[in-house]
Amino acid sequence: MATKAFVAQASQPEKFRRVYVWEFPVRLYHWVNALCVVVLCVTGYLIGRPLAITYSSEAYQQYWFGTVRFLHFVTAFVFFFNFLVRLYWGFVGNQYAKWSNFIPNHRAQWREMIEVMKVDVLQTRVQGLITLGHNALAGLIYFLSFLAFLFQSLTGFALYSSMSQARLPRLFAWITPLMGGDFAVRQWHHIFMWFFIWFTLVHVYLVFYHDYIEGRGTTSSMVGGWKFDSDKRDEK
Amino acid sequence: MGHSIPTIWESMQAKGYDRREFLRFCSFAAMMAGIETAGFSKVVHALETQARPPVVWLHFQECTCCSESFIRSSHPLVADVLLDSISLDYSETLQAAAGHQAEKSLHDTMQKFAGKYILLVEGSIPTHDGGVYCTIGGRTAEDILQEAAKDAAAVIAWGSCASHGCVQSAKPNPTGATPVHKLISKPVINVPGCPPIADVMTGVITHLLVLGSAPELDGLGRPKEFYSRRVHDTCYRRPYYDAGLFVESFDDEKARKGYCLYKMGCRGPVTYNACSVTKWNGATSYPIQSGHGCIGCSEAGFWDNGPLYQHLASFPGFGIESTADNVGALVGIAALGGMAVHAVSTNVRKHELLVQGKHSEPKAKE
Ligand code: SF4
Repeated sequence: MATKAFVAQASQPEKFRRVYVWEFPVRLYHWVNALCVVVLCVTGYLIGRPLAITYSSEAYQQYWFGTVRFLHFVTAFVFFFNFLVRLYWGFVGNQYAKWSNFIPNHRAQWREMIEVMKVDVLQTRVQGLITLGHNALAGLIYFLSFLAFLFQSLTGFALYSSMSQARLPRLFAWITPLMGGDFAVRQWHHIFMWFFIWFTLVHVYLVFYHDYIEGRGTTSSMVGGWKFDSDKRDEK
Repeated sequence: MGHSIPTIWESMQAKGYDRREFLRFCSFAAMMAGIETAGFSKVVHALETQARPPVVWLHFQECTCCSESFIRSSHPLVADVLLDSISLDYSETLQAAAGHQAEKSLHDTMQKFAGKYILLVEGSIPTHDGGVYCTIGGRTAEDILQEAAKDAAAVIAWGSCASHGCVQSAKPNPTGATPVHKLISKPVINVPGCPPIADVMTGVITHLLVLGSAPELDGLGRPKEFYSRRVHDTCYRRPYYDAGLFVESFDDEKARKGYCLYKMGCRGPVTYNACSVTKWNGATSYPIQSGHGCIGCSEAGFWDNGPLYQHLASFPGFGIESTADNVGALVGIAALGGMAVHAVSTNVRKHELLVQGKHSEPKAKE
């Protein structure tokens, strides 16, 4: 397959520059969040559709469903506060963590989204020419996912408020009548769980995909924080 | 005013009750209003001296199950007293008068006791097409309600119809069935349920009679005493729920063992009512004790949250059996399939880049 043209191009070695993109709080947030989402989806799914235990025993002999619910609630609190930390970091973090990455209010961001579409969906371009931090499309999708986080936190606390005297969940009790009762809230909370599952699938795939085609260490950047940029382009 | 309306004690005497029965009634009333023994003498005093409030009971779009429930109160004395001597200057179902007489009685009560009578409403009010779907004596339900509510001292909405609209307001709600609290500007005591529990009904009304004020209400206008907890919170099958032991089908071994009915669509976890505490028919049983899940009859819109034997509602637009889980899993599988195709396509479309990349690597080291 390799033609002369490639060999000629390839003889120009590319130089890469190391850029510290994801600060520690962002990385910590990411992994805590990832863990929480997995635990919440698994426990949430089980709460919505408990396993059929085939042996028969008496209630005093076990408490697994209670434990699953307990895990769900505890994880939800961690998820919520972790989410708040990330929101805060959107104001004080570095240029890649800033809020402005998530809301496309510049024409350049919309233009970039079209570029990303060309790379991701149409695959008409061979190489990503994409910002070092979040690309504009990813930023927008993360913004929508923040809205989903918010929705899930609100509906979750609203449901939890009927079984808790704690102040935080009680703050959200007003949501239940607004949405038409606990049944409706539970239904929406359950439907939104699927958003998290789909998001996780697509997110993981796209990270690998971009890592693969760009070769800039997308995957490992969330561990060490460093990404690589070719010297030709200036970091924006 | 004392002579125009008798006190409860006077009206009980007139009906032939003796002092002992009156005191028994007082103790039931005190118990239902949540008054402890020390306050008992106050209750007796109140019922001896205060004029009994006249009661008007209106029926609109309903099936009369609230009335049926009410007359099956587990404290017959209370129901007797409420029905025989205290209540019901007007009730379409229970009054003796009919036709013009009945209308006159309603009118008289509202005029003579303006600002003093208690208004009980059973049934929702149709608002579509000028309210033609429920008219009584040539007037629309809404017209009658507005007139009766104007001078009422307190308004109680009996049952899910009057509190939420119940079955007639289920989608698509052809008659525009509307609950009472959406039509009148006064505070309304909502006592939902299809029907409400008899003892809850008598409890609410005795509270009004004895203390002269509405019981403490929650944000939805329901008496907190009876509606602040979910059926699930006090359900005797709750230990099975926490243990994760569920009935899988109505005829399985687990159903015989009395496991939790969660997977059979039990609405106990999302339903606020007192069923598992007071139970029904003189505390004989309640649906879950009889082996059937709660259908959530005291919750708004419960008819639209079907199917009743499914834990999650069916997903709109995907047929009756489809839950959010079926749809979600399908989309998830589609996404995985899409990724597989995309991955293959990536390797085809980017082949040249990859080849180039691999060739350039060793050279870069030079
Ligand atoms: S039977 Fe219904 S109300 Fe009772 S514990 Fe199970 S889910 Fe809750």
